[in-house]
Amino acid sequence: MDRVVITLGIETATQVVSVALGGDDGVIGLVEIMQGRRHAEVLAPAIEFVCRQAGVALSQIGAVGVDIGPGLFTGMRVGIATAKTMAQALDVPLVGISSLDLLAFPLRHSSKVIASLIDARKGEVFYSFYLPSPGGVQRVSEPIACSVEDFNADVMARGQNVLAVGDGAHRYRDQLDASIEVADLAHPSAAPLVHLARARALRADVGQAGAANLESVQPMYLRAPDAQINWTTR
Amino acid sequence: MNVDESTVVLGLETSCDETAASVVMGGSDVLSSVINTSIEQHVPFGGVVPEIASRAHVELIAPVIAQAIEESGVADTRIDAVAATVGPGLIGALLVGVAAAKALALVWDVPFVGVNHLEAHLYAGLLEDPSLELPLVVLLVSGGHTMLIEMSAHGQYRLLGETIDDAAGEAFDKVARFLGLGYPGGPAIDREAQYGDPTAVAFPRAIPDSLNFSFSGLKTAVMNHVRKHPDSVTADIAASFQMAVVDSLVAKARRAAREVGAKGLVLGGGVAANSLLRQRWATACDEDGIQAFVPSRAMCTDNAAMIAAAGWYRLKSDGPTSLDCGAYPGLRLPLVQSYTP
Ligand SMILES: [Zn+2]
Repeated sequence: MDRVVITLGIETATQVVSVALGGDDGVIGLVEIMQGRRHAEVLAPAIEFVCRQAGVALSQIGAVGVDIGPGLFTGMRVGIATAKTMAQALDVPLVGISSLDLLAFPLRHSSKVIASLIDARKGEVFYSFYLPSPGGVQRVSEPIACSVEDFNADVMARGQNVLAVGDGAHRYRDQLDASIEVADLAHPSAAPLVHLARARALRADVGQAGAANLESVQPMYLRAPDAQINWTTR
Repeated sequence: MNVDESTVVLGLETSCDETAASVVMGGSDVLSSVINTSIEQHVPFGGVVPEIASRAHVELIAPVIAQAIEESGVADTRIDAVAATVGPGLIGALLVGVAAAKALALVWDVPFVGVNHLEAHLYAGLLEDPSLELPLVVLLVSGGHTMLIEMSAHGQYRLLGETIDDAAGEAFDKVARFLGLGYPGGPAIDREAQYGDPTAVAFPRAIPDSLNFSFSGLKTAVMNHVRKHPDSVTADIAASFQMAVVDSLVAKARRAAREVGAKGLVLGGGVAANSLLRQRWATACDEDGIQAFVPSRAMCTDNAAMIAAAGWYRLKSDGPTSLDCGAYPGLRLPLVQSYTP
């Protein structure tokens, strides 16, 4: 039974805001906007635009997919708050996918080990390793935040050819071990997001709308909050 | 869009540590008001930690909205507009409410309204008593603000006076911390002061000849006094400090009301929950023969009903807010002109 007809994908974990609509035949609409940290300003108009241009009414959406990070905290929160509220109001399932998965997926035809790296600022990266597997990629390490040196050491310890992807790989390109190849892709996109989210939403065990489903989708911060007290803006 | 008594607005508030949602009809009929808060998580730090508050909003926003709609008894198809606080406040916290409100506006195909949190506090009084006559003078006292505002018509504000250093709520927090009474300081001092003598120490009062406030000198006076008299009774210090703050707030508010010929004096903001201030407010207005309005404690502290009410007025006067609106941490009250006494 074809429950999920159209999936809305929301991607805001890096500097790019990306929104896609996916149907039975793949991506039917995609908008990507590079506007720095203007996620809150850009996202809602981008959703409105892509729906209108693709001729899809929001009421036709059968599932919502969202990038849960790791990445820019404020960007992630704008995307996740939007996605949760939309899924709740539409009463459709919400699927959370990691930004690292979304970076690795387009490289699934590579013969190397894939390392997804998101810039974590403060000289650090968020990363995970992936292996190509039939129809996609398989994550083979837990996502963590650490220094570029520690990432290099991890690569050495694996002793395999590594293809790095993501804005973390680009920003710290000069500090990466010389053996590491860097792919062009810098930012996760909502296009693979709708593909992966739609497949997950069609699975009966995750594809149930409701409070428990919304609760299960949480941001992946990988870092404790800075306990910095801000008196001035209260 | 026709905005009238039957127009239903869902309001969202996420500017600080409260995650709140409320359904209000016609700008004053509160059908539901749900408030959740992350305050417990901030207590160990003695103040609101922005990152902790922002994380909590993401977890709480969807359930709080669902609860507010359910408790209101209206179907979501009856909601005519969605309003959210766009500032002032903590940027990461504000963004969550703004994003959620826009998402709902898109799904329900209804207008989004960006609301100024300070303006919403001014509407808290009108929300509970729509019979209040303009012009009003509102004293807005919270952890971030101490302002005397004249409201001559809807959306027409004049700043009469404000703090030149600490906000009143900030002074409560700092003195409570110094006295070891814990956080948040307002309720802590209020409780402790019940057991103390407010005339025990004559702390300095207001700046004369001005409608502006200053609390930093008072805070220093408290610290100096306690250092000089280490044996002083904490309850007496708390009571004397509270009396000094309330004296100066009430005196300036009365004077402001007299100077602009206000028909009523309205209290608003978190510090308006203070017991002594509430008592003295009513007495002062009685003596001056003007209408006093002290909102319920629930309406003083941050809530979403006041956001929905202010959103209703803004929608009526200005129409919807564009969906490319952001969040503005330093947003000021839109003032018509400044005031020189
Ligand atoms: Zn407030």
